[in-house]
Amino acid sequence: MKVNKLYLSLFGLSLVAPLILYPVFLMKVLCFALFACAFNLLLGFVGLLSFGHAIFLGTGGYITGSLMLNTGITPELGILAGTLAAGVLGAVYGKLAVKREGIYFAMVTLALAQLAFFFYLQAPFTGGEDGLQGVPRGKLFGLIDLSDNMVMYYFVLAIFLFGFWLIHRTIHSPFGQILKAIRENEPRAVSLGYNVNDYKWVAFIISSALAGLAGSTKTLVFQLASLTDVHWHMSGEVVLMTLLGGMGTIFGPVVGAGVVVTIQNYLSGGELGNYISIIMGAIFIVCVLAFRSGIVGEFQKMVKKNF
Amino acid sequence: MQAMKKTLMAVAMSAAVAVTAQAEGVSDDVVKIGVLADMGGVYADICGKGCVTAVEMAVEDFGGEVLGKPIEVISADDQNKPDVGSAKVRQWIESEQVDAVNGLVASSVTGAVTKVLTDAKKVALISTSASHAFTTKACSPYNVHWTYNVAALANGTVKPMVDSGKKKWFFITADYAFGHALEGIATKVINEQGGEVVGAVRAPLGTTDFSSYVLQAQASGADVIGLANAGTDFVNALKTSAEFGLTETSDVAGLLVFTHNAKALDPAIAAGMKATTGFYWDMDDQTREWSARFKQRHGSIPAMGQAGAYSMTMHYLNAIKAAGTDDADAVMAMMKATKPDDFFARNAYLRNDGRMVHDMLLVSIKDAASRQSDDDIYNIEAVIPGDVAFNPMMESCNFAAKS
Amino acid sequence: MATLFGINLFALSGQLLVGLINGSFYALLSLGLAIIFGLLKIINFAQGAMYMLGAFLAWMALQYFGINYWVALVLVPLAVGGFAILIERFLVRPIAKEDHLYSLLLTFGLALILQGLFTQLYGSSGLAYQIPAELKGGTKLPFMYLPNYRAWIIIASLVVCATTWWVIEKTKLGAYLRAGTENPQLMQGFGINVPLITTLTFGFGVALAGFAGVLAAPVYSVSPEMGSNILIVVFAIVVIGGMGSIGGAILTGLMMGVVEGLTKFFYPEASSTVIFLVMVIVLLLKPAGLFGKEA
Repeated sequence: MKVNKLYLSLFGLSLVAPLILYPVFLMKVLCFALFACAFNLLLGFVGLLSFGHAIFLGTGGYITGSLMLNTGITPELGILAGTLAAGVLGAVYGKLAVKREGIYFAMVTLALAQLAFFFYLQAPFTGGEDGLQGVPRGKLFGLIDLSDNMVMYYFVLAIFLFGFWLIHRTIHSPFGQILKAIRENEPRAVSLGYNVNDYKWVAFIISSALAGLAGSTKTLVFQLASLTDVHWHMSGEVVLMTLLGGMGTIFGPVVGAGVVVTIQNYLSGGELGNYISIIMGAIFIVCVLAFRSGIVGEFQKMVKKNF
Repeated sequence: MQAMKKTLMAVAMSAAVAVTAQAEGVSDDVVKIGVLADMGGVYADICGKGCVTAVEMAVEDFGGEVLGKPIEVISADDQNKPDVGSAKVRQWIESEQVDAVNGLVASSVTGAVTKVLTDAKKVALISTSASHAFTTKACSPYNVHWTYNVAALANGTVKPMVDSGKKKWFFITADYAFGHALEGIATKVINEQGGEVVGAVRAPLGTTDFSSYVLQAQASGADVIGLANAGTDFVNALKTSAEFGLTETSDVAGLLVFTHNAKALDPAIAAGMKATTGFYWDMDDQTREWSARFKQRHGSIPAMGQAGAYSMTMHYLNAIKAAGTDDADAVMAMMKATKPDDFFARNAYLRNDGRMVHDMLLVSIKDAASRQSDDDIYNIEAVIPGDVAFNPMMESCNFAAKS
Repeated sequence: MATLFGINLFALSGQLLVGLINGSFYALLSLGLAIIFGLLKIINFAQGAMYMLGAFLAWMALQYFGINYWVALVLVPLAVGGFAILIERFLVRPIAKEDHLYSLLLTFGLALILQGLFTQLYGSSGLAYQIPAELKGGTKLPFMYLPNYRAWIIIASLVVCATTWWVIEKTKLGAYLRAGTENPQLMQGFGINVPLITTLTFGFGVALAGFAGVLAAPVYSVSPEMGSNILIVVFAIVVIGGMGSIGGAILTGLMMGVVEGLTKFFYPEASSTVIFLVMVIVLLLKPAGLFGKEA
């Protein structure tokens, strides 16, 4: 009951937020929050650190962007196609990556992502360094014009809530329980007769498809798909968001994404632009040394201790 | 030709007057110029904070206000990323009432930003981007492209070399839009002058090791190795060429050389290399006077884009004053109707497609012995008249004729 | 010109040699990573940043203190190694018992800070460092003009790599090292200071990156991004070689340099992807890597 109240008030807050804050900023936060939640499904709930997750974000963005630019399909179909493409790439990469564990898994995903990065850099349909510019937002179902920021915001919010709900459902399903069992003790899960690699693989596919969903949506919001979204720096950023917010918590990645996007937004305007990477690095170190549960995780601990 | 120009001018003038009649005064009681540039990345030195300084100097020299309203300068770092740049500009337009965006370096960012600005009917003042797309296939009535472009570089540097008998060319090209554009337009010039391109190799942006490409260039037997890249890529490619003895056997031509790149190069390698530039600080008293003021504030001599950013801001503010409004259509018409004339813009006019046509300079890099100071880098070899340097206007971009 | 099946053999040999030079850097960097990983089970994401640091320190030594290349070649790796020892002692050791992913993230953060710091201090357009006078000029080979400095890179790198391999695999010191990480309690019981060995190993592995940085300074422009660009390639090389093996890291590094050189000759567009492609193929056929020991 208590939880429901929390969810409801957050939902209410998200409805009125664009009246106070700049809607494009909020949409950016929502897109990255979804991306981080998708990433957290792997890191927080299966214990797999994918260091190349940006490639799925970017794949969604590129596919949606080029379809919207060249075919004139409606945005919901564009997003669907981007999400599917990211899921398919996730299926291929996941199949390769889940053969390895721990640090190896991280390095394999990083290198695979780099392979795709260079492909996108050279493939004609991505526009190379220029990216895809001037992607139309289009009309939702051919009816609702998304060029207005407020309309777009509620569309993005709906997508985010859908993604968030899906992750929530996955974690609390029997499938999610097995994922957690794998994270806690993989040999035991094997000995119970589960084909651990298959479970990891499916989780990888879901995670990459949702990352693609975030990327597709982001492309519509900014009307642009670019190399930034497939670069390994972006993969590092999503790790940072998740770690800072609290990996393995449901709200952690959302909070982390909010904080990181806010910091970047604030710094990019002023004299402090050069400090972005120094500050990001410092946050990493502090989190790893003293703050491993992240903001939400530490908060939960505090609540448990005191109430 | 002259007559036609006059007629066009008159048309533009009357258009300006007509628009002025509709929109009077300054919107939101402030004229706000945003400076968007790479502040900390590979292109930080060629525009960056120096462009902000230049724009601020222009605003101060103008008197800090226009039509009785204050002029404000804000700035942001685009990190050379089109997504970051266009998001910032969108925010500037939607929540900060920005009237014009100055700076604009990486062609990818400029492409994305000019689309946003055109949609919102705001002025893009492009200082440092090289691509000629902004006044050709991606032209817009709101684009102003000031300092130089790839066509001027090819016409300025490549043409005289081909004419002097260097017919066989090989390109080491940065593998992205800017490099392709530069190689493409230079190839066209070479073919037109009766030369030929015997080969080209595409090196990814940010390549650190050019030795393999240099070997391929060496094997091609070309007279000239054209470096169709910029910044760090250019410096690395040239250094490696010298190391492998390529500079001994053939000419190496840098197609886009910025002053600070030339300054950083070992004179033993770079001496004698020719380059085309839109501005050089040590040209005459006027340029020296402004450059000294700039150096005092910024700490180094101005790059061409920084001088351009100043000149362009002045012209923009003068146009607002003359038009009596900051309405973009009226200001654009006025900018095109009046001729810019200052230490930077010589024999200059702003064409209807947004291209600012002015005298370019063909320079050569000095050897160590003839340098008087650290900043003494170039000999000015020739002044290239604007109409020779810049390609003619595309009919589809002649907005004044269309309307 | 000598040709075989229409291939210009001279040009090909040139590319192979250039590939070997690049491979020398790969070998030094992947050797450093392999030592740190093999003995400490830590992925040092800051290895690229340390390589960058090495190049910058060489530049700074010359610029501010007039220390020449040859002295820098000895001093800078010591300084970088010393810095690494502090990092190991105060940042890495406190989390040694946690999941190894944390040490990866920690060193990743460190790399971001170093890169940001040098961008802030020196900008990112790159600084020039002269080739030492003794190694200027070049030698005319039948198939190419080989700059002396490039030849020196191959020699210096091979000597350092071979010596390191010999010390770790063939000497008593190396045996202690390997045993100390296999079974710390036992070695501690024999009166060997395992934490000290760990710290020194980390320092040495990173010092190799610093050494590579000094080697690279005269030929590549000294810039804050030089490390991050090469690092991911080196990661792929380590995956291809298999993480367990010291000799494997050296061989794979050299081999991948040559493979890259060949690609630049036959199909230049793929030169930046070929190493990752090889990695995928190796993963499919031999998941433990070419020289890997773990299952």
